Amino acid sequence: MPQKSMRDAINDALHIEMARDPRVIVLGEDVSGGAGGTSGEREASGGIFGITKGLLPKFGAERVIDTPISESAIMGAAAGAALAGLRPVAELMFADFVGVSLDQIFNQMAKFRYMFGGKTTCPVVVRLAMGAGMNMGAQHSQTIYPMLAAVPGLKVVVPSNAYDAKGLMLTALRDDDPVMFFEHKALYPRKCEVPDGDYTIRFGEASLVREGEHVTVVALARMVTFAEKAIDALAADGITCDLIDPRTVSPLDIDTILESVENTGRLVIADESPPRCSIASDIAAMVAQRGFRSLKAPIQMVTAPHTPVPFARELERAYVPSPQRIEQAIRLVMKESA
Amino acid sequence: MTTRPTPITGPLTRERLLDAYRRMKTIREFEERLHVEIQTGSIPGFTHLYSGQEAVAVGVCESLATNDYIVSTHRGHGHCIAKGCDIGGMMKEIYGRADGLCKGKGGSMHIADFSKGMLGANAIVGGGPPIAVGAAIACRNRGDGSVSIAFGGDGSANQGTVFEAMNLAVVLKVPAIFVYENNGYAEHTGASYAVGSNNITTRSAAFGMPAERCDGADFFAVHATMERALAHCRAGHGPYTIEAMTTRFYGHFEGDPQLYRAKDEVRAQRESMDCLKRFAADAGQHGISPADLESIDSEVLLAIDAAVSEAREAAPPAEADLLTDVYVSY
Ligand SMILES: Cc1ncc(C[n+]2csc(CCOP(=O)(O)OP(=O)(O)O)c2C)c(N)n1
Ligand SMILES: [Mg+2]
Repeated sequence: MPQKSMRDAINDALHIEMARDPRVIVLGEDVSGGAGGTSGEREASGGIFGITKGLLPKFGAERVIDTPISESAIMGAAAGAALAGLRPVAELMFADFVGVSLDQIFNQMAKFRYMFGGKTTCPVVVRLAMGAGMNMGAQHSQTIYPMLAAVPGLKVVVPSNAYDAKGLMLTALRDDDPVMFFEHKALYPRKCEVPDGDYTIRFGEASLVREGEHVTVVALARMVTFAEKAIDALAADGITCDLIDPRTVSPLDIDTILESVENTGRLVIADESPPRCSIASDIAAMVAQRGFRSLKAPIQMVTAPHTPVPFARELERAYVPSPQRIEQAIRLVMKESA
Repeated sequence: MTTRPTPITGPLTRERLLDAYRRMKTIREFEERLHVEIQTGSIPGFTHLYSGQEAVAVGVCESLATNDYIVSTHRGHGHCIAKGCDIGGMMKEIYGRADGLCKGKGGSMHIADFSKGMLGANAIVGGGPPIAVGAAIACRNRGDGSVSIAFGGDGSANQGTVFEAMNLAVVLKVPAIFVYENNGYAEHTGASYAVGSNNITTRSAAFGMPAERCDGADFFAVHATMERALAHCRAGHGPYTIEAMTTRFYGHFEGDPQLYRAKDEVRAQRESMDCLKRFAADAGQHGISPADLESIDSEVLLAIDAAVSEAREAAPPAEADLLTDVYVSY
């Protein structure tokens, strides 16, 4: 099976679905690039992260739409196009730009289906690049998926690898609800085996990345790769873990997490967002409500601190939860339940 | 290059012109040096260089006082230098050092110096103009004749927040000056495509304020336009727009392959649209000799050298700083 980066895997999914379904359009800033440029290059960009490369030459400017810098209008136009029968993929570039366009996402597209009595759907995929680790500063590094997961009506996807990203993207493109598709920038170049063809991964179905008996570790997006490192480091001491990647945080596969905690009695959650009102705190609350009697130690959350993302290398390194911190949290739940 | 307690008025004296040249040259050399340093990998993050647009920042800020405000953009180094920010503190911020202007927490896109009336660069396109209008309310209420400048690019003129800010400024009749630096591109997309009317001044005018286009490569043209804007604002007539036609000599950010630009575009513009060359050509008329400029040039280079070597040696922030400057941490 070919090795592909997450960048190429998402690009694959877009190519497959645009070829299969003429209703799919892509819009956003520089999704092709070069419009109004002096070189005459038809596709001078293909997206600032290269995710939409090759779409313009293949599907043309009516379906691959470069927009001015107008995030509110991009999100609103996607919502309106969806009401009128298209299936738009709206690129927000950096997830932080949700700040400029939030009304169209959470008052408009999130509400249509319910508020209009089920008479319509709003099949929009919003693509958002997220995450710290590249020293891009406070306004280009946030992982704001918990904010959107808190909004009824939105589905929220946070893939951790290229294989999942492609399957989840194909599901998102065929889903009738608005889907917020979060792509961690640090994962774009990471490769794994990804089939060329068409396959889907159901929303609300966690993946069990590792199996073990002592601790349940739940990790999201880039934190899955860090949790794997932590778990590998613990093997020498005979500590083994279930590693659960929920893949979508709305819907959330809480049952898989509860089942695992029933077996292990211990829970560590690794999440790059700040700790309050987060997916980590949400999962912790659900497990406390529904799995309390299985717990042998207090739940540990490994998260970023409750601060904006700092710029300097040293500070950002301290901000992002590390494999070492996940390892320490696993050791702590073991110790507290000894 | 300090800012002044009160604005300067009257004719552009030789002394003022030499200072303006020094500021433009400092911006140019600061950016040219960053272009080199970034390739060594020693500067974190991504950086947007201002080379090519110096006459706009300096033409706009030349006569401003400390209590006049500016609000900047992701391409903000030039605005900071023009408004009098310390280049040592800026360089350290760009390197992410503890004694950078924002303690290394902000970086290239978030330099601010409130003691200089520099209310912050902004990595959200269109984030700045509403903030500048708020500062203009403060200026109006103080009644001291101060003004507030919103810098933005051609791309920012397509953002709803910017439209709201312009209308609000007109409604409130506050002394805000919207300066649009039209460098022809927003990232990889041309202004001729993305700015619907291909003219920003007509938009501003439609909101009900005077709006002028000027040659952004010509310090004297920008400055003269700014004088009219200042007179209008200070007389209590409300906001003003300047659209300065300019270019950037580098890519959108460092590392941009610029496939959207014709092969020889930048080379040609470095000839025809270089504000420093244009200034030098006109300087003789103002009693400024090539030797005057050369001596400034060498002082500037020394100052930039010093800023870079100090920034390289400077200490990074301590890990404990992660949790400061925020009301609580969990
Ligand atoms: C709200 C928002 N949307 C998009 C971006 C990404 N972005 C950064 S700079 C830029 C282009 C800005 O163009 P312009 O306003 O002309 O300024 P220039 O870069 O030419 O100085 C874009 C799209 C952003 N930072 N913020
Ligand atoms: Mg521009």
